[in-house]
Amino acid sequence: MHALETRQLTLSYGERNIIESLDLTIPRGKITVFIGSNGCGKSTLLRSLARLLKPKEGAILLDGEAIAKRPTKEVAKRLAILPQGPVAPEGLTVLQLVKQGRYPHQSWLQQWSEEDEKMVVKALEATQLTALADRAVDSLSGGQRQRAWIAMTLAQGTETILLDEPTTYLDMSHQIEILDLLYDLNQTEQRTIVMVLHDLNLACRYAHHIVAVHNQSVFAEGNPHDVMNEELVRHVFQMECQITRDPIYDTPMCIPFSKSRLGAGATAGSSGANAEKEEQKIAVHA
Amino acid sequence: MKALLSNTYLKILGVGFFLLLLAYLSYASLVFGIVETSWHTAIDAFTQFNGTNEHIVIKEVRVPRVLNALAVGMCLGIAGTLLQALTRNPIADVELFGLNAGAAFFVVVAITFFGISSLTQFTWIAFLGSAVSGVVVYLLGSLGRDGMTPVKLTLAGAAITALAASARHGMMVLNEKSVDEVLFWLSGSVGGRKLEFLTAVFPYMIVAWIIAFLLARPIQTLLMGDDVAKGLGQRTMMVKLAAGATIVLLSGSSVAVAGPIGFVGLVTPHLARFLVGIETRWVMLYSGLLGAALLLAADIGARFVAKPAEVPIGVMTALIGIPFFIYVARKGLDKG
Repeated sequence: MHALETRQLTLSYGERNIIESLDLTIPRGKITVFIGSNGCGKSTLLRSLARLLKPKEGAILLDGEAIAKRPTKEVAKRLAILPQGPVAPEGLTVLQLVKQGRYPHQSWLQQWSEEDEKMVVKALEATQLTALADRAVDSLSGGQRQRAWIAMTLAQGTETILLDEPTTYLDMSHQIEILDLLYDLNQTEQRTIVMVLHDLNLACRYAHHIVAVHNQSVFAEGNPHDVMNEELVRHVFQMECQITRDPIYDTPMCIPFSKSRLGAGATAGSSGANAEKEEQKIAVHA
Repeated sequence: MKALLSNTYLKILGVGFFLLLLAYLSYASLVFGIVETSWHTAIDAFTQFNGTNEHIVIKEVRVPRVLNALAVGMCLGIAGTLLQALTRNPIADVELFGLNAGAAFFVVVAITFFGISSLTQFTWIAFLGSAVSGVVVYLLGSLGRDGMTPVKLTLAGAAITALAASARHGMMVLNEKSVDEVLFWLSGSVGGRKLEFLTAVFPYMIVAWIIAFLLARPIQTLLMGDDVAKGLGQRTMMVKLAAGATIVLLSGSSVAVAGPIGFVGLVTPHLARFLVGIETRWVMLYSGLLGAALLLAADIGARFVAKPAEVPIGVMTALIGIPFFIYVARKGLDKG
C-alpha cells in the first residue's frame, strides 16, 4: 500500500485552481521530493497532503483511508508536517519545542508519560541537539534551529514526515546537514519522507522519487535517473540546461545556461563534445 | 529572556509569595483609608458587629472593594494573557479590542435613549456591550479565506474600538445630561459597587478561569503558528473559539463589576513572563495573581494620592504598573 495517495485532487485559492484532478501516489519508505518553479503549487500540494488545506474536490488517502474522515489527532500520530519557515515563540527552549511534538499523544487525562519522555530524548539524540536542549530556539543558528524543528516532528513518532522547503535560507553546509539527517532517518528507520526542495541537484542526490509539478498537474514523476532531463527542465522551469552526472554520486546534475552570458563561459569552461553540444543548443534557442 | 523563577519548585514558591502578598494587600485595603480603622476593628466588624461607623465602612464598603479588586484583577490578568497569545500581539489588551469601548458605548446608549441610570442596570448592559463588541471583533477578524488571523483580529479590534468610542463621544456631546452620570462609571472603579454586582457575575468568572487554564496547553501549541498546531493534530478553530469566548466572559464580567479598566491586562502578562518564562499555564496564573495585586495596590493608592478625594483607579494602575513595565521592557531589549 502507498503511504499517501491523492484521487482526482483539485486544490484552489478562491476561484483559481492550483492543482487540477491529480492522481498521485507517494511510495512508502522512500524519499519523495516535489520540484517545480515558484508558485507552481508544490507547497500547496504538500500542505493539502498534510490536511492543512482543504481540497476543493477529490480525496487524500493516508494508508488507504480518507484523511479528511479521520480524527485530526489520529492523523497526527501517523503523519507529521514541518511547514515552511516556522517561527518559535521568543524564549522557547529546544526541549520545550521538541516536547510539543508529543501533543497528539496527550490529552487532558493523559498527561506526560514515560513514552513521551523516551521519544523526546531520542529525537534530541537523532538531531544531535541533546547538548543544546536548554538553549532558546531563537538563539540558535539557522541550521540548528531547523534541526530543532525536525526534532519536534521526530518526537511525534510518525511513519511519514512532510517538510516544506526545509533547506530554504540555509547556507550550503547546513543544507547538506539537514538533508543528510533526513536521509539517515529514511535509511535507518524506513520513514517515508516527502519534501519540497528548490535545489534540483540536491533533489536528485537525495530523492528516490521525484515529482515535477507544473501547470496544475504533475509533469513527470519517478526515479531521478529516469525523469531528470533537459526537456523536463525546459518545460517545468522554462530554462535551458545541460544534464550531466554528479561527479561524486553519479546522480543527474543540472547545469543551467545563462541568457546574458553566451559564448564566453560556454567555450572557455567546457571541452570537446560538450562545448559543441552547448553551441548547438544556443544556436537553436537563441 | 531567561525566566527569573527557572524551575517548578521556585514557581510554586512564587505562587505562595503572591498569595501572602494578596493577603497583606487585602488587609491593608480593609484597614487604611479616609476612615482610619485597625486590625481589631476589622475583626470585630465580623465577630461583634456593633453598628458603629467604622464597622459599617468595613462591611459595606471595604470588603466589597477588596473582593472586587481581587476578582476583577484576576480576570483582567488572565484575559490579557489569552488575548496576547491569541493575537500574537504583545500590546493586546481588552482596551485595544473594543471590549471596554463596546461596554461604554452600550452604557451611554442606555442612559441617552432609555433613561437608565442605576449602577445595577449598568452591570448587565456593560456585560452585554462587551460581549457584543467581542463577538463582532471576532467575526470581523475571521472573515476571509484564512479564517481568524492575528493581524485581522487586531485590526478589527482597533476599528471597533474607534467606532464605539467615537459614537459614544458623539452621544455624550449631544446629551449633556448623560455626561455626569456616565463619567464616574467610565473612569472605572472597584469601590462604590455593592457586593451583589460581583456575586451576580462571579459564576461566569469561575467558569472562565477554569476554561482558561484548560486552554493553556493547546494555546501554548497554537503559539507556534496555525500550521504547526494543525499538523500536531489540534483543531485550531475550536481552540480559538473557546479562547475568544473566554476572553468575552472575563472582560464582560470585569467591566460589569468595575467599569472599563485598561492597562492591567496589558502589563501583567509581560511581568508574568519576566518571572516564569513562556509556559502559558504559569504565565496565566501569575498574570492573574499580578492583576489582582496591581488592582488592590492601585485601589489603596487611589485613596491617598489626593486625599480626601480619590483618583480614578485607572490612573493608579498606570502609575504603579508603568515603572515595572518599563523595567521589564528594557530588560527584554538588552537581552534581545
